[in-house]
Amino acid sequence: MPGLHAGIRSVIHVLPNEAWTGLLFTALLIEQLLNGLQLGVMLFLMAAGLTLIFGVMGLINLAHGSLYMIGAFACATVAAATGSFWIGLIASLAAAAGVGAIIEVAVIRRLYDRDHLDQVLATFALILILSEGARWLFGSFPLYLDIPLLLQGAVPLPGGGQYQLYRLAIIGVGIAVAVGLYLLISRTRLGMRIRAGESDREMIGALGVDIGTLYTVVFALGAALAGLAGALVGALQSVQVGMGEPVLILAFVVIVIGGIGSIKGALVGAVIVGVVDTMGRFLLPSLLALTMPASQATTIGAALASMLIYVVMALILAFRPSGLFAAQA
Amino acid sequence: MNRILAASLLGLSLATSSLAHAEPVKIGVITTLSGGGAGLGIDMRDAFTLAIKQSGNKDVELVIEDDAQKPELAVQIAEKMIQGDKVDLMTGIIWSNLAMAVVPNTVAQDVIYLSPNAGPSALAGANCNPNYFNVAYQNDNFHEAMGQYANKDYKNAFILAPNYPAGKDALTGFKRYYKGSLAGEIYTQVGQTDYAAEIAQIRASGADSVYFFLPGGMGIAFMKQYAQSGVNIPVMGPGFSFSQDVLPAIGDAALGVKNSATWSKDLDNEANKEFVEAFKAEYKRLPSIYAAQSWDTANLILAALSKADVKDKDAFRAALKAADFQSVRGKFVFNNNNHPIQNIYVREVVKEDDGTLTNKIIATAFDDHKDAYAEKCSM
Repeated sequence: MPGLHAGIRSVIHVLPNEAWTGLLFTALLIEQLLNGLQLGVMLFLMAAGLTLIFGVMGLINLAHGSLYMIGAFACATVAAATGSFWIGLIASLAAAAGVGAIIEVAVIRRLYDRDHLDQVLATFALILILSEGARWLFGSFPLYLDIPLLLQGAVPLPGGGQYQLYRLAIIGVGIAVAVGLYLLISRTRLGMRIRAGESDREMIGALGVDIGTLYTVVFALGAALAGLAGALVGALQSVQVGMGEPVLILAFVVIVIGGIGSIKGALVGAVIVGVVDTMGRFLLPSLLALTMPASQATTIGAALASMLIYVVMALILAFRPSGLFAAQA
Repeated sequence: MNRILAASLLGLSLATSSLAHAEPVKIGVITTLSGGGAGLGIDMRDAFTLAIKQSGNKDVELVIEDDAQKPELAVQIAEKMIQGDKVDLMTGIIWSNLAMAVVPNTVAQDVIYLSPNAGPSALAGANCNPNYFNVAYQNDNFHEAMGQYANKDYKNAFILAPNYPAGKDALTGFKRYYKGSLAGEIYTQVGQTDYAAEIAQIRASGADSVYFFLPGGMGIAFMKQYAQSGVNIPVMGPGFSFSQDVLPAIGDAALGVKNSATWSKDLDNEANKEFVEAFKAEYKRLPSIYAAQSWDTANLILAALSKADVKDKDAFRAALKAADFQSVRGKFVFNNNNHPIQNIYVREVVKEDDGTLTNKIIATAFDDHKDAYAEKCSM
């Protein structure tokens, strides 16, 4: 790796700063990789629910971002009322799962037999209803949600850097959820039914499984994961109406890259998107600065970096049209 | 349709009840009332409607529409207001990219536009227009003030802003007066909410200070993440990054941060005291800078209406340019390019006795500051 290291070092050297040392750069690189991983696992929490719902029920759920928002609002409200982030976190899971279940029974259930266009239309309406509902309840100004005391501050990294403890915790939660989902789907009866539902919906209905309840449970599970992501991220960002939609777009990119319906694909896709996006924002402007004036390079670099994940998605789709881990159709 | 019907009914009843009554003045307000930037637009709208209400002027009719922070939507609404509602004046846009999409086309159709917030450089210089009045600031101004102030303590600043017209104006403005070196310069995405990658670069840059312009939710996210990152480099920003609409959500992480603005709640003049009291009484919250600018815009319009007929464009433009109103910013004069000449202050985020976070003026960065583009304007 020394060649690569020297190469990147020379790229970074264009930054007007003499203080660069190899060690410092390694620390920066590790920090950025962790940032990419953290963004990735957060996207995974969103994408896992999205892909599960699509895989099992064949439903495109645009309102998934609203469930993320509901999680964040529930956590912020309950945390403000009780003074405990942890109670807020439980509330976010409960609220998102509860709203998810209600939505499934009231609206989504009517859409399974319709084509995707009807589903997109109805779930887009849900976005509008839930957003304006949240604005009506909580107002347009962002809510305050702080990181719990236990996870405040930063921890040292090898190489002399520091990393925010809370982001490490998010990575931990993401990995735990990935393992949990794997066990749930491969080792439990519910998981068996989910897998069966993915491969042949009519048949498991005929075998006497209550398909209606199964769908509600899967939808609520996906909603809870989105709510969890919203609550976790809400403490880092601002809790406000419309916070879910930008994440939803990235989550769709993730499941398209990973292969629609595949949890493993969602995990791999999420990490790819997270790392590529972070590294692009960090490295592209410096790379361009080698060939053009610094101020131009930062502007063009920033513009290119924002397209990078879509370029990666297009490339992956060119070689694997149904994504990296396409579930059997 | 209902609105037009209501308006025509109102017009009819006014016409029959009193022939001497002036024709209603229609003001089109396009602002951001939904999505991530809604807090800014709602403050704008609330202050504007309150000022009109308090004036007791019954001839003013408002047509308010939500642009959802989308340029294409703002353009459609503007067309509808000009062609359909036949508004006399337009105002309300918060974001510079939306202003760039709407303003040139609006003023070209001889409709007067008064900006309560956005002041892109492209409209201040050679492309200035007699129909375009900026009541707020030219985008560079706040940043110029902070660049000037930064010279006092800092020599190696790291600067960042979103990649859109106001973001570029921001960093250009800062660099115009800042004399030290730059440890780094980053443009982020508009609407970005995760700044981990940028904070990592700041940490590694060896900077002695950070200057950032991130309005609305972007700034909340940045400050919260920065406070937790273990980076101890002092931050500063324009007033937008620490405005009253975002301070409660940032929390104590903002305490002590220096920021520049043309207005502050504690600015000592009669008009400002009245404004802050009236806003607090009506909406049970403290006004932000967007509210202050919008309040001034409404009062400027009201003052001009009392002097000239809005249908007589030349006379009305002259009445606006005279700026004969009590600004909450104290002194207020228009420059040749219809942008304000005004003081810019440095504020510090403090906590009041009841725990509310707010700003306090600690210094004056510029007296009677003019923007850098005015001389390129031929007006």
